[in-house]
Amino acid sequence: MRALEVVETGPLALVQDLGRPGYAHLGVPPSGALDVPALTLANRLAGNDEAAAGIECLFGGLRLRAKTSCTIAVTGPAVAVEVDGHAVGSHAPVWLAEGQVVAIGAPINGLRCYLAVSGGIAADAELGSRSRDVLSEIGPAPLRAGDVLPLGTPPGVARGADVVLPTVAPSELVVPVGPGPRAHWFEGLEAGLAKTWTVTAESNRVGLRLDGTPLAREGDYAEKELPSEGLLIGAIQVPPNGLPVVFLADHPTTGGYPVAAVVRQASLPALAQARPGTLLRFHSSTRVWKR
Amino acid sequence: MRWRAYGEHAALLDCASLTQAIAAHAAVSSARPSGIAELVPGARSLLVVETPGSGALAAVRDLLSGADLEHPPDGEPREITLDVTYDGEDLELVAQDAGVSLEDVVRLHTDAVYTVAFTGFAPGFGYLTGLPGPLRQPRLPSPRTRVPPGSVGIAGEFTGVYPRVSPGGWRLIGHTRAVLFDPRADPPALLAPGDRVRFRSAG
Repeated sequence: MRALEVVETGPLALVQDLGRPGYAHLGVPPSGALDVPALTLANRLAGNDEAAAGIECLFGGLRLRAKTSCTIAVTGPAVAVEVDGHAVGSHAPVWLAEGQVVAIGAPINGLRCYLAVSGGIAADAELGSRSRDVLSEIGPAPLRAGDVLPLGTPPGVARGADVVLPTVAPSELVVPVGPGPRAHWFEGLEAGLAKTWTVTAESNRVGLRLDGTPLAREGDYAEKELPSEGLLIGAIQVPPNGLPVVFLADHPTTGGYPVAAVVRQASLPALAQARPGTLLRFHSSTRVWKR
Repeated sequence: MRWRAYGEHAALLDCASLTQAIAAHAAVSSARPSGIAELVPGARSLLVVETPGSGALAAVRDLLSGADLEHPPDGEPREITLDVTYDGEDLELVAQDAGVSLEDVVRLHTDAVYTVAFTGFAPGFGYLTGLPGPLRQPRLPSPRTRVPPGSVGIAGEFTGVYPRVSPGGWRLIGHTRAVLFDPRADPPALLAPGDRVRFRSAG
């Protein structure tokens, strides 16, 4: 059996593919890689279909032993990658002989690196996906030292690329947003969202929790309760304390706090890489707002 | 009824009542225009997400603009019966607050026919509407940290079954052995929005 053995995991290493959208009506979050372009790039470099399952590695510290020869690629932010202690670099296909150990260091900025392996991780799928959903606890359990990960059959030959640049996770982000369904519940919403917010350490795959100047409700809505309604990835939900949560892939499918605005989808990969302490501001272009 | 913006590829229909929300969901589910990526009913709303470029949102708006949402369409919903042992930790509290006997609580809960209005909280957790008046009671003042799977609870206008161990603040009146959610089964959830549900006392 083609396989990788987990030697060490770092803070959190999860199997992720493109998730399981389409089940929200049953209460199942979409899940999937938070930085989708990083996973699909890693898969292309390793010769896989873009949708193959790889490993989402939070803040490095992952070491894997090849139980069989295979090709891997590591993407995301710039990060040290070593094979048996020798630097090999990220964002390029790397061939591993049977028994060799690949180690991913801590990224120099950002949070999540992605490792793809030829054939993909062939863990059991649930609802059509191998993604680990940390909210619902669906999908393969978080990796632990000693796990043996079965690999699929490589569909083709790994392709190199001349130059592939790592993701750069800036320490300040400007995130374009459009209005949410309850935008009218808030007073001075555009100006409030445009102030500086800080990503807190309570953030995870469910959502980014922000600290800053609390958003205030319009008088008519000050005490209003919201009957539970559907939530989406990128929704900016505002609980009674006024501090927004930006929902990511493992978000609950319904919720009882108002959604004030919604992040443009193109910004989701950058949010996936936002470390605690990252500063961000939400920018609502008029064109987007009036759409 | 009013449409609200929800990002680039979705819109939320604000409904005046739970009945209207259920009717809107039923109307869209039965017509099922192509290109709908997600259709998520809420307690007073319906969230429609389209596959980018499919035009499904416009199709749903057209469909609902002429629909009679005061009278849900006469479909043939799935009917599911759940066997319940009425031995919940809050059964006496519920009887007391309702001003009835324990037997009456069971009779009230089993006589009604419920509709799965929406899901959430956990995979397979359905919010069931149709609860008789005396059983519409508030949540516990402080939620339990561990509610066993299969627990049948009530809260406000809803009743429901916890699919798995979780924290929870609903008043518990019994438990069922039915499997509410199995990610390896097809379909994975026993209850989906629009289903009719009855509870039967298993003694």
